[in-house]
Amino acid sequence: MSDAKKKLEDLGKRIVTELKKGTQPKIDVPVRALSNVSYNEKTKTLQLGNKISERFFFNVSHVRKFAQSIEIAKISRQLIALGKHENLRGVFYMAKRTLPGTNTNLVDEQTESDKAIEDLELVTDLSREQLNMNANKNGSVAGQVIIEDKGDTIDWSKMGSGGWSIPSNVEGISFKKISAKYVVYMEKASIWERLHEDKFWEKHNCIIMSSQGQTTRGIRRLLQRLSKEHKLPVYVLCDWDAYGFYIYSVLKFGSINLAHISESMALPDAKYLGITANDVEKYGLKKHLIKMKDIDIARLKQISEYDWFKNNKRWQQEFKAMKTAGAKAEIQALSARGITFISETYLPEKIKNKDWID
Amino acid sequence: MKEPVAVELAKKQREVSVAEFFERNRHLLGFDNKRKALLTVVKEAVDNSLDACEEARILPEIKIELVDMGNDRFRVIVEDNGPGIVKAQIPNIFARLLYGSKFHSMKQARGQQGIGISAACLYAQLTTGRPARIVSRIAPNEPSHYYELHINTQNNEPEIMKEEERVWKKEHGTRVEMDIEASYLKGDQSVDMYLKETAIVNPHCTLVYTNPKAEQLIFPRATDKLPKEPIEIKPHPYGVELGIMLKMVRATEKRTLQAFLTNEFSRVGPETAKEICANSGLTPDVKPESMELAHVEKLMEGIKKTKIIAPSTDCIVPISEELLEKGLKKEVSAEFYTAVTRSPEVYKGIPFVIEVALAYGGDQSGDQSVRLLRFANRVPLLYQQSACACSKAVMQTNWKPYGMQQSGGGLPSGPLTVAVHLASVWPPFTSEAKEAIAHYPEILKEMKLALQECGRRLGIYVNKKRRVGLERDRVNLFERYIPEVADSLAELSGENKKLIEQQLSTMLAKNKEFIIQNTATVQEREESDDDIKITGSAERDEE
Repeated sequence: MSDAKKKLEDLGKRIVTELKKGTQPKIDVPVRALSNVSYNEKTKTLQLGNKISERFFFNVSHVRKFAQSIEIAKISRQLIALGKHENLRGVFYMAKRTLPGTNTNLVDEQTESDKAIEDLELVTDLSREQLNMNANKNGSVAGQVIIEDKGDTIDWSKMGSGGWSIPSNVEGISFKKISAKYVVYMEKASIWERLHEDKFWEKHNCIIMSSQGQTTRGIRRLLQRLSKEHKLPVYVLCDWDAYGFYIYSVLKFGSINLAHISESMALPDAKYLGITANDVEKYGLKKHLIKMKDIDIARLKQISEYDWFKNNKRWQQEFKAMKTAGAKAEIQALSARGITFISETYLPEKIKNKDWID
Repeated sequence: MKEPVAVELAKKQREVSVAEFFERNRHLLGFDNKRKALLTVVKEAVDNSLDACEEARILPEIKIELVDMGNDRFRVIVEDNGPGIVKAQIPNIFARLLYGSKFHSMKQARGQQGIGISAACLYAQLTTGRPARIVSRIAPNEPSHYYELHINTQNNEPEIMKEEERVWKKEHGTRVEMDIEASYLKGDQSVDMYLKETAIVNPHCTLVYTNPKAEQLIFPRATDKLPKEPIEIKPHPYGVELGIMLKMVRATEKRTLQAFLTNEFSRVGPETAKEICANSGLTPDVKPESMELAHVEKLMEGIKKTKIIAPSTDCIVPISEELLEKGLKKEVSAEFYTAVTRSPEVYKGIPFVIEVALAYGGDQSGDQSVRLLRFANRVPLLYQQSACACSKAVMQTNWKPYGMQQSGGGLPSGPLTVAVHLASVWPPFTSEAKEAIAHYPEILKEMKLALQECGRRLGIYVNKKRRVGLERDRVNLFERYIPEVADSLAELSGENKKLIEQQLSTMLAKNKEFIIQNTATVQEREESDDDIKITGSAERDEE
């Protein structure tokens, strides 16, 4: 803990020392963009390259971000010194204030402080959690698992209709008993509720987990722990569209934005369960296809060109099928075959037949 | 047997008196509504006063007073220090439509047809029944004459209700007083605005205005120089239409066509006259009075075929760049002024000059359309802006290079006033109400050239201002962030905040030049956020 505090203080000391010598204040921030991300064949994860962007104080277009970064470092140091945590929204409000004599706020939107936090992680090589900053809890889980969190024993099979909310930091959790055999992760909370109501996890002895849209770090870390520490297979259930593919891609390989922490998040063994082009054919979902817009097509093209998909024949085949169809499909399309079709027929069949994409 | 219909119809056909015609068509003369009527009455009186003063080489000093009499009635009083009007002419000028000195002359003046002031009197008569009251004196040793006048709308003749000599303290001048139905509002098309704009383009006149709220506004003169007196010219052959040519042929006293052409037109000497005759297939010694319509048509054709040099342009008196700028300066508070007077040009044989002036910045609001002031022969045009050649010229000019915003060929927006002035012996209006200048290509072209010239000067100023502003903003930007960053750094490093602040300020002061110049280019090197947005558009890892 004092290690993190020292790193932050060192950052400040370095800048001040340089300033005294007449060197203009600067922070080196690794570039978080596709251009600086590479795919490591060995670890099967995305990795951040060595590209550094220099952030100067005396530069019209840098000054704001520079000030934000230093401000976030200060807040983090305060939190660590007090031994307290703050969530991202809270940090945003701690940083938000109007510069005296102007109409300018130091941060205007939470995305700015969030970015500054991510940058600080890279600069200090500390994770957000080590900086004592947390995300909101997000997502739900249910299944035959008993855990312990902060001294409380929690049974994921006895969490009522809402399931257990996954906190942003899951490092402190220990698994007491796991009877479940696999995990089904879905991007949509509504599908999770469907499966929960149908007691899918009970009937099939598995864990069901979801978030809203993109997967949060807490969930990714929790999935990785289940996969790594307990060797549970993870199946991913997404919409059949470019965004669904990317959700899977982030889970499996890591994200471009957070490539620096891929190692602690990636799920190299995760399988894409559906929906697939074959499903559309096999389960008669053609009537429920949605025409792709230009942006969907562009996004699909981007994804198909990612290094980690480029040489994967099965995936290229899938992308091609979607391009040919010129359409996408939502998971909910399955409900056209009956409300419980997904829990009673689709998922059991798919898992039994190992009908997934790796 | 029934009578033919035409005979029946003939019983209803009779002469319509001019006055009667205008009584029914008052909108043609600017009396469409009560608000506009007030403006038109003031305008006609003031225009006449200015014309009279200038003709008599007197620096105009005009008093305008509006009195609210309640019930939508206003008393309009306009008093000038002009040459006055001789007794016998007073009734004709004020109570007879189409009576005036200017209709037949080719000379730059505000009035043209001799309708204006008599139409105002007629309007007063129709709406309040009160006669127009005139006092005029032509010299200190002459008496002042007072008249109360009506117009006989049947025969267009003045009816004198009262006439007497009066004691009047003015040595010379004319005072008109009328009671009219009207309404008073401030704003763009108000009397207030008209007088303000008049003051801009007539920097040699002083206006003293008392509005219906009894507030007195004085527009003092900015120069003691009277405009040069315009010279009367004869019509140029290219500018004469068939009907007028017919009239001229009938009216001339010259015995031969050649003499007629050389004497009644400008720029036609004996050689040109002969050429016109040859091109028309007419002999130079044909008697003009014997010419039939067919001959005149031939003559018109012949004129078209003949090359005749453009009319002389010394008959036009522009305001001048210097005085237009002065006029604008005194009435529009801005930070940058410029004016351009073009060289004379000719449309349809009629000479004209375009002048443009700009006033930029100051208190003017920047997020609205620019304010366009239009003038013809020193008279503000307040109505029908969109139908006017001035507006078209402004819209067809690309203002973006001059630092203004402009979308889709509309009026530009920015803190700018644009004044466009057309001076001509015969300004072409789109209607008798003289509200909009007609779209002659020659006129449009000149306007655009003048606007561009002014615009270029404006662009230089605006860009320089922007550059200086940007540099100042940059330095300010850092100054604002210094305390914030110093505070955070002090806490992180344990150093003294004041010390860090001081060091940052010193560095800024030392490297001001470097920082200002460099930032523009360094900007490109900023890590590209766009890249992240495109490749990770759906990726909002945590909120």
